[in-house]
Amino acid sequence: MPVKLTLEMVIFAALAGAAALAAVGVVAFRNATRSALCLVFNFFVLGFLYFSLQVEMLGITQVVVYTGAIMVLFIFVIMLLNLGSSHLLAEKFDGKKPVGIFFGIALAVLLSSQIVPMFARTESKPLVYPLGDSKVVGQTLFTSYVFPFEAVSFLLLVGIVGSILLAKRRMS
Amino acid sequence: MQDVLAAFGRAILLILPIFGPVPVIIWWERRLLSWMQDRIGPNRTGNITFSRNSRMIPSFLKGKKIKLFGLLQSIADGIKLFLKEDIMPSKTDKLLFIVAPFIALFVSFTLGATVPFSGDLRFTPVADVNIGLLYVLAISSLGAYGLVLAGYSSNNKYSLIGGLRASAQLISYELAMGVSLASIVMMSGSLKLTDIVNQQQNTPLYNLNFAPFTLIANWNILSPMGFVSGIVFFICMLAETNRPPFDLPEAENELVAGYHTEYSTKRWALFMMAEYMAMFVFSMIWFTIFMGGYHLLPVRSEFLDGIEQKVGFLLGPLTMMLKGAFGLSVYIWVRATFPRLRYDQLMNLGWKFLLPLSVGNLMITASWIFANRVYGNAVGWGVVCIGYAILGIVWLRTRRKKQDEKQFGSRSIDMVVSSVRFSSPEIAAVADATEGL
Repeated sequence: MPVKLTLEMVIFAALAGAAALAAVGVVAFRNATRSALCLVFNFFVLGFLYFSLQVEMLGITQVVVYTGAIMVLFIFVIMLLNLGSSHLLAEKFDGKKPVGIFFGIALAVLLSSQIVPMFARTESKPLVYPLGDSKVVGQTLFTSYVFPFEAVSFLLLVGIVGSILLAKRRMS
Repeated sequence: MQDVLAAFGRAILLILPIFGPVPVIIWWERRLLSWMQDRIGPNRTGNITFSRNSRMIPSFLKGKKIKLFGLLQSIADGIKLFLKEDIMPSKTDKLLFIVAPFIALFVSFTLGATVPFSGDLRFTPVADVNIGLLYVLAISSLGAYGLVLAGYSSNNKYSLIGGLRASAQLISYELAMGVSLASIVMMSGSLKLTDIVNQQQNTPLYNLNFAPFTLIANWNILSPMGFVSGIVFFICMLAETNRPPFDLPEAENELVAGYHTEYSTKRWALFMMAEYMAMFVFSMIWFTIFMGGYHLLPVRSEFLDGIEQKVGFLLGPLTMMLKGAFGLSVYIWVRATFPRLRYDQLMNLGWKFLLPLSVGNLMITASWIFANRVYGNAVGWGVVCIGYAILGIVWLRTRRKKQDEKQFGSRSIDMVVSSVRFSSPEIAAVADATEGL
């Protein structure tokens, strides 16, 4: 069955291609700042992918949290460390590479086992929750997923306190 | 095809009212600042005095003066900047050096996309999405990249320090900003900016349905919770746009010009335009969230509503521009009043004052909403009073502790004192005697 080309599909394809290119750029660049910037761009475009799927809430959270906060910190740290010339960073060949390739292929198989059947089917299932609405997201987070939500927040708190403790110990 | 054209039209509707006033904004800043500093400021550019006895001048213009109060100064500056030789230092990261001002410009252009300009929703906001407030936060947090990349790519240590300061400052103040907005979102129950505006105008003051309160609209700034978060948001807004007293990324007396030290001509002008547009949009956002948006007065009367419905498409944008201009004047006023903060003062203000204050405010708002719904109005306001009393007591306690510490608790002063003590015993005796003071 020939797929009808709509404007939304073109935009989605362009965004997805840009995101994929940026993701390649993250690992291809030698310069750490360039890699980080590619990651920034990737996260930013991912947000727009969510917009084009009508889950604005998820998309804007992606932009606020990853592009706006975490990656600014990444770049801050990269600049602070001043990594110097890039040839120092070039890694030698060792056992990590084949293992990494193996795990990469495994992940690709896992993901495609979820995605390919969706492509094979002609019609897609409608969303269970309209995730674009912030009210729905909040309601589901604080009712059916309240325990994992609080557990994750507690875990993050422990992480923050632990890192401060470690840093303080090293200073004194 | 029509959709695409409509989208372009909406984008222009967003950009024009922000981009158009930039020369006037720059002129206004220079004039207002010079009045506040007892100077005159640029008042000549554009003045034309016609000759009294030349034949080239038509008779009705002879000896006449056309005064423009220096309004053309920024146009002249712009022409100069765009025609100057473009200098790009060698050994810069060329791509990032070129891209950085455009990122700054992109942020300022897109920041106001969810701000409604009038009650007529056909034209503005450009995107009436139900996450409008989060969109503002998201885009304003991208503003760091322009500055950071400019600082990094310039290959200059002062620029790099400026960029680092910019990123640290933005991350610190974004938190307090987000938390202060959270209490507003809880009060109005929506993230949509149009909903926030309507909720402010259409409910009576403090949601009380009797005589004097029904006449006044429930603008967020009028309630205590909204007032506190309004102040916090305003301070964070100054920090996000890197304006004095938070202009550490471009501190002239420490960093030459900070992140834009190596920039000149068009690229520098782009940074300046981005800054002024961001100021204008941020002041409009502040007025939208806290002071009723496109409504002129916090008054609820059918007469005014009727006027607004008749000429709302004109009155709304006009009101927004007026409010934006007023916000800009406050920006300039703050610049003329406060000296620049030291870096540790900046961090202390952000993390130790604004963030706890806005979190406490959020808690008070939450308990007010809960008590109001469950136990009624009086209990709700009682809870608010108790909450602020607790907040004040905690603040006073922590403040007193700080005063007990030694007055000049910095390492450099300790070093100076110890070296002086080492060199002369008389001064050491005086220093010992005055230790407690």
